[in-house]
Amino acid sequence: MNVRVLVGTRKGGFILTSDAKRQQWDISGPHFAGWEIYHIKGSPADPNRLYASQCSGWFGQMIQRSNDGGKTWEAVGNKFVYDGATGTHQWYDGTSRPWEFKRVWHLEPSLRDPDTVYAGVEDAAIFRSADGGQNWQELPGLRNHESGPKWQPGAGGMCLHTILFDPTDAKRMFIAISAAGAFRTDDGCNTWQPINRGLHSLYIPNPTAEVGHCVHRIAMHRSRPRVLFMQKHWDVMRSDDAGDSWREVSGNLPTDFGFVIDVNTHEPETIYVVPIKSDSEHFPPDGKLSVYRSRTGGNEWEPLTKGLPQRDCYVNVLRDAMAVDAAEPCGVYFGTTGGQVYASPDSGNNWAPIVRDLPAVLSVEVQTLP
Amino acid sequence: MIRVVLPAHLRKLAHVEGEVQLDVVGTVTQRSILDALEARYPVLRGTIRDHVTQHRRPFLRFFACEEDLSHELPDTPVPDVVAAGTEAFFIVGAIAGG
Repeated sequence: MNVRVLVGTRKGGFILTSDAKRQQWDISGPHFAGWEIYHIKGSPADPNRLYASQCSGWFGQMIQRSNDGGKTWEAVGNKFVYDGATGTHQWYDGTSRPWEFKRVWHLEPSLRDPDTVYAGVEDAAIFRSADGGQNWQELPGLRNHESGPKWQPGAGGMCLHTILFDPTDAKRMFIAISAAGAFRTDDGCNTWQPINRGLHSLYIPNPTAEVGHCVHRIAMHRSRPRVLFMQKHWDVMRSDDAGDSWREVSGNLPTDFGFVIDVNTHEPETIYVVPIKSDSEHFPPDGKLSVYRSRTGGNEWEPLTKGLPQRDCYVNVLRDAMAVDAAEPCGVYFGTTGGQVYASPDSGNNWAPIVRDLPAVLSVEVQTLP
Repeated sequence: MIRVVLPAHLRKLAHVEGEVQLDVVGTVTQRSILDALEARYPVLRGTIRDHVTQHRRPFLRFFACEEDLSHELPDTPVPDVVAAGTEAFFIVGAIAGG
């Protein structure tokens, strides 16, 4: 068994590989040097099929595809055009502004078909390709939701950053948008409903509004697709009914602001977050980088610090920059804006950097290979 | 034969080194140069001008004969020396960002 870590950074992509011990790592890259690599993800149906979102303020969006686990790449389609009337959303100042494509934040390959892949984009919309990324079509039911004109960007832009499939129901999918909130489709992306009941956001005029919440990340364990965990702008939340309702599980966290959240591969009630001091101070409290783990599905958290810097550390961990492998015990990985990628081969008890001087890390994904 | 100089990142995307030489049919304009460039190297579609609006991307500029042609209309003929292949048509990325 091998583990392959796919890292997107501000200036290129990197691929880190190891055997099951996860102690020695080979590093390849930078792939697409000089470009922002927002996300690299492999197909669950064919692990050697990778997709990468490559973008640049100068040259716009590219999508790259690999059929050999990242050894070679080919550029595929980069035409992302909204379907039908563009419509408007709200700008930061409350004025209306037309939807405008900016970049692909997240690529989610289908669970079953390597040629089918979904893209979450800024300004928020979901696209799908059924031909390996050559052609992209918007699934407009989401953007055309009646609440669309009320959506506003978060500080990082109005991005669709999370796409989760229900492995037991091919027509059910969850997505999250900063700062519109979470949505679910039960009919294969034709229609969507906001699933934000129970969220409480003091930074919007109506703290319990149907939309407008700045959801940073949602995670799910494949064995329990009705149980969702959310790291919101502030608050760590949990839903046991596929998002119909949420309750706060921040418990004893030192701060419940943060970006990432993930679930242990073998323990559906074991979850991980990286607490960040505040929305204006995007670094760990007291300069001490800590992962917090709950083995009770939230509320009761323990700090995991062994091997992580405990002084003078002022990095951030962005929303797509944590992942878990399927080895035993579960490996946990995260990347920082300081360019470190940390790995724990034992469910978070011990940590070590795989690499420590990359460009700022935007995303981390992990593949567990036979 | 039209000579086009691409910025380094686009040369890499297109797998070319040095100048690109293109046959352009009819009047040589920015539009016809870019049409010919994208026909030869489809990977460059969307990287220089928007797929739909065909507007030049904001951080790119077009130069020739030491003149900034970026704000010429797309169908304005380029200078004769560019059309003749004596001078190159430069696609230049802004010196900006980090």
